[in-house]
Amino acid sequence: MHEMALAQGIVDLIADEARKQSFALVKTVRLEIGALAHVEPEALRFCFDAVARGTLAEGAGLDILSAPGEAWCFDCSAPVAVYERFGACPACGGFRLQVTTGGEMQVKELEVE
Amino acid sequence: MCTVCGCGTASVEGAKAHDHDHGHHHHHHYGHHHDHDHGHQRHDGSPAPAVEAHASALGAAVPGVSPERLVAIERAILSKNDAYAEENRALFARLGVFALNFVSSPGSGKTTLLARVIADLKDKFPIAVIEGDQQTSNDAERIRAAGAPAVQINTGKGCHLDAHMVAHGLGDLPLEKGALLFIENVGNLVCPAAFDLGEAHKVVVLSATEGEDKPLKYPEMFVASDLLLLNKSDLLPHLDFDVGQCLAYALKVNPDLQTLVVSAKTGEGLPAFYAWLEGRAARAARRAHDASVTARA
Repeated sequence: MHEMALAQGIVDLIADEARKQSFALVKTVRLEIGALAHVEPEALRFCFDAVARGTLAEGAGLDILSAPGEAWCFDCSAPVAVYERFGACPACGGFRLQVTTGGEMQVKELEVE
Repeated sequence: MCTVCGCGTASVEGAKAHDHDHGHHHHHHYGHHHDHDHGHQRHDGSPAPAVEAHASALGAAVPGVSPERLVAIERAILSKNDAYAEENRALFARLGVFALNFVSSPGSGKTTLLARVIADLKDKFPIAVIEGDQQTSNDAERIRAAGAPAVQINTGKGCHLDAHMVAHGLGDLPLEKGALLFIENVGNLVCPAAFDLGEAHKVVVLSATEGEDKPLKYPEMFVASDLLLLNKSDLLPHLDFDVGQCLAYALKVNPDLQTLVVSAKTGEGLPAFYAWLEGRAARAARRAHDASVTARA
């Protein structure tokens, strides 16, 4: 359910930028969501459509780019890309991983008119 | 729902129905500021789109602006929440307040635990409590009965507290220097993990009457927390709950998690929790004191 709050956060950011960068209509919103972020992309899409209604982002497409997370593998002694919090190291197959990033949720850019 | 402003569906118990023709005339103690100039939820409860005002103001084409372009944003979706959280954190640092955000599923015994902690520590520290629930002020009343000032935030349809609601709640609480602030989040093992409230630590409470695999089922909360209190240890003789297995699961998802087995009913394990808490609270108070001395010098 907190996808609703995230969707509201996106619409608020767009409103902020509309004021700063003078645009009146948003066609596409490009998000980058870390593979380990607290969000379900399909639920976010659903909520965004609802929250954006009546705003300058109404009907805008939501383009969600997934960014891999990163973890430190103690066996490889190297950073590795991870796509789930409890997955194995893609290099050695081990599980001695400490996740370092992957929870980001960013509005990257907008296609506007 | 407006989660930017706590005046969406959330309400602070006892707060007067403030006039919302915006403006935003809340009483914010502690210099908490708003950058609101947009249309808002109407207080008859009908959900007005939060950015309605922008849409109409910007509906007309702006001369001199090319019709189609890309605008780079690069801002975190939760940046507004995080900015409010940093304001709360700065306030706590200034006052030397040690703030904990208690998270759990409903029924883990958070309120009973807090009532016990308040009774045990109220002679050592000033204590204040923010209670988050969807409805009712029952929990705040229980906390007041235990001897601490409490403010109830009702999130309405919301599933978590956000940093802005907490800032509103702080405006209605006496917050003394060196105090402990306990924030009891909405009972929910999912959403509150994502929202920083400005606390020093999230403390996840799990009870022995739940499954020992909860840390695997709801890992985000255990990853976001720094301390696990495994509550209701007094019931363990009557249950098939495997404490070792539960803690192993918790440490699997978060190897840095500290864990304590406690009972709010019998007091078992609580001295260890108090030692954990008092050491950190003393450090927060000393840092604030040193900073104020340096500022005066």
